[in-house]
Amino acid sequence: MANDKPNQPQDESRRRFLKYSGTALGGVVLGGVIGGLVGANVKQTDKDETAEPGKSGTAAENKDYNQALMFFSQDQFTTAEAAAERIFPADDSGPGAKELGVAFFMDHQMVSQYGYNARDYMLPPYYKAEETQGYQLIFKRNELILLGLEAMNQYSNTKYQKPFAEIAPEEQDAVLTAFEKNETGIKDFPATNFFAMFLNLTMEGAYADPLYGGNRNMAGWKMRNFPGNQMSYTDYIEKEEFVKLEPLSLHDHLELG
Amino acid sequence: MATKLPKVPVVIVGMGWVGGIIAAELTKAGISVVGLERGKSRDTQDYYHVHDELRYAARYDLMQDLSKETVSFRNTMKMRALPMRTYGSFLLGEGLGGAGVHWNGQYYRFLPYDFEIHSKTVERYGKSIIPENVTIRDWGITYEQLEPYFVKYEQMAGISGEKELPSNIGQMSTPFATAAMKKSPAMKLFEEASKKLGYSPYVIPSANLTEPYKNPDGIERAPCQYCGYCERFGCEYGAKADPVVTVLPVAKQSGKLDLRTHANVTRIIHDGKKATGVTYVHTPSGEEFTQPADVVIMAGYLFTNVRLLLLSKLGKPYDPQTDTGSVGRNYAYQINGASTSAFYEDREFNLAMGAGALGSSIDDFNGDNFDHNGLKFLHGANIRFTQTGLRPIQYQPVPAGTPKWGAEFKKATIHNANRVLSVTGQGASMPNRYHYLDLDPEYKDAFGQPLIRMTFDFEDYDRELVKFIAGKTKGIADEMKATKTEVHDSIKQYNIVPYQSTHNTGGTIMGSDPKTSVVNNYLQMWDADNVFICGASNFPHNSGYNPTATVGALAYRTAEGVQKFLEKGGSLV
Ligand SMILES: Cc1cc2nc3c(=O)[nH]c(=O)nc-3n(C[C@H](O)[C@H](O)[C@H](O)COP(=O)(O)OP(=O)(O)OC[C@H]3O[C@@H](n4cnc5c(N)ncnc54)[C@H](O)[C@@H]3O)c2cc1C
Ligand code: SF4
Repeated sequence: MANDKPNQPQDESRRRFLKYSGTALGGVVLGGVIGGLVGANVKQTDKDETAEPGKSGTAAENKDYNQALMFFSQDQFTTAEAAAERIFPADDSGPGAKELGVAFFMDHQMVSQYGYNARDYMLPPYYKAEETQGYQLIFKRNELILLGLEAMNQYSNTKYQKPFAEIAPEEQDAVLTAFEKNETGIKDFPATNFFAMFLNLTMEGAYADPLYGGNRNMAGWKMRNFPGNQMSYTDYIEKEEFVKLEPLSLHDHLELG
Repeated sequence: MATKLPKVPVVIVGMGWVGGIIAAELTKAGISVVGLERGKSRDTQDYYHVHDELRYAARYDLMQDLSKETVSFRNTMKMRALPMRTYGSFLLGEGLGGAGVHWNGQYYRFLPYDFEIHSKTVERYGKSIIPENVTIRDWGITYEQLEPYFVKYEQMAGISGEKELPSNIGQMSTPFATAAMKKSPAMKLFEEASKKLGYSPYVIPSANLTEPYKNPDGIERAPCQYCGYCERFGCEYGAKADPVVTVLPVAKQSGKLDLRTHANVTRIIHDGKKATGVTYVHTPSGEEFTQPADVVIMAGYLFTNVRLLLLSKLGKPYDPQTDTGSVGRNYAYQINGASTSAFYEDREFNLAMGAGALGSSIDDFNGDNFDHNGLKFLHGANIRFTQTGLRPIQYQPVPAGTPKWGAEFKKATIHNANRVLSVTGQGASMPNRYHYLDLDPEYKDAFGQPLIRMTFDFEDYDRELVKFIAGKTKGIADEMKATKTEVHDSIKQYNIVPYQSTHNTGGTIMGSDPKTSVVNNYLQMWDADNVFICGASNFPHNSGYNPTATVGALAYRTAEGVQKFLEKGGSLV
């Protein structure tokens, strides 16, 4: 009957998990798996996998084939990348949205369940909402973002005679501010909703697990000293001093066949 | 036409903490139970790759799929309710274990004052202290009566806590099952500051196990690793007490539980006096079934509990205009918003590390532990510092006045990522005549059935509570050796957009008066004695605490009531 207990290791996958978790689970005898497996070291990050392009190896080896577009057009991508970089710019603390791959993250998210609002309540009727009632538009996120990027270029073309990606950084900030405050003068466009979503996506792209295409090389996490995906902090939780750990990602926890 | 299945002694709607506890207790006693859960099955292995903030915390992977059913909301009766289209204020559980899979595990027994709030308030201050339209009432059960059931939950879940608790909270007949959580440096700062001010801090009792533990049912679990992915995540160690690793294996092992997932219950079938069973849709096939039973147990969280009663026309719907009826009455929530942030220029803390229930708190301003004369609110708040594990997408700490994006924002969030400690109040929510649940007249679920509609707002007495409690959080934070502190002391209207708390209460409240309550103190329905309804929907008000300790105790009480009923029949009170 022991195998009926779902909280006990019953198969290879549980054993592997415990091995990679690198944790000491006290003296518990978990379905007969003791010592040896529990407490093994966490798999080390493979240096080559995280190396920056061009730094080592041939260009072809280091090409990130995930950096391609599922949803945006080239222009939409360029606009999104430029806007995200102003929201989360490169500075002395580390890379900005562009280097982190935030626009690729956005692109990929737009064809996910999130972009299609697949798990949101989308049934009619639609009415104008009070602020306390939240998002009430028939528009899906991946429709809203395209409309928003287009509106940014339209606004920028009118005001500066150039598309958004080509105007000066201060001008880009002025455009973004106009959207944030809903002062674009563009009729029937929910600029504030768009901006809030775009801002949110930028933060997600900077800090989500690199598996989603942003937070390249975990550089977003490193800036904040966020250790990412570790299995145990039991040994550190009482420590007075700040503990810096090399971050780990979900990739480091997957056993490849 | 629905397919009629063979009759069973007991059918349970919803397999979260409440459904799981009741299923375990009844099956252990040899009673056959059918458990209906509309979500999918789950086990610990599903969480080996769970440390993913985007998927679980930002995209709500484990929560109810709102495309199929949500809640509609308005602040007042004058407004048109609109559906909660995407998550915000609270997060609904779905699937085996319900919200018990992705809770934090902060464990607080409600105060003795809570259960007799009306009589104790009137006794000390007179009736006039109760704000207009506030409908507090005694629960029809006392702390002493509920005490043995708290113990059952604590032993089952392996709840950890200090040996000695402050005298201003409910006393325990049996000590906690395991030792208290470890103390982080930030918790020590909070405790030292509180003591200096004469308060009585204690480590938050926790359902994140602190040592290897074997419970009375023989279930063994491993301790918490302070992994920092707890709230909104499942625990890959089985260290967080969750129905799937505690009560459900016991029920399954008995051989008496017939668990059916993807079973969405749509009606309680009844003849006006007794229920005869429930109707459900097996969602993958769309096929409809009726499951006849001697006893129907509603354990689907308050929105389902209230909604199915109303859809099935069982019990009397509450009408706020005439103040009559009971189903949907006394919806309450949690009054958060009082807090103080302490900024440290000279040091950093390991804030990515933590556990759902790691923290320390005080109750010196909770319940009636302080004099309310001259104050314009009742009850109070548990004031706490918690270290639940701060993750970078959803945590962007900045001092007031920082822009919301751009260079300055980035600099401030990175600088402050590990430098801010928050002292917060978790405020009690008093029921109000005009805060209630009923069926939405317009919006429907994926089956074409009306959504539940919530009418709720913050009132002046809530704003007073926040102001008062915020002052106390500032007092503590100011003693925590920070470089500077920033107080947050005002709330406006209730807004369904920002996350606040999944501590929704009321709607099928318990009590001793069949006119104004839905169930008696065995959680047995006044209007149909073979229907038991259990969950935070039974709370006539919400305390300044997380609800699940009290929910768990009520579930054990329900299980006992059902057994009595199966033996004797009739009303249990
Ligand atoms: C993020 C988060 C953190 C929390 N932290 C804490 C904490 O630290 N401390 C604390 O005390 N509490 C906490 N809570 C609250 C706690 O999770 C709940 O109080 C508790 O899990 C409720 O248990 P329940 O069985 O009543 O309901 P649920 O867990 O919601 O279970 C109800 C089940 O019924 C099913 N169901 C619903 N309708 C139907 C239907 N029509 N047919 C079939 N099945 C149905 C649902 O799918 C669900 O599985 C937290 C909640 C959340 C979301
Ligand atoms: S913090 Fe502890 S209880 Fe919570 S998920 Fe991590 S190991 Fe499990």
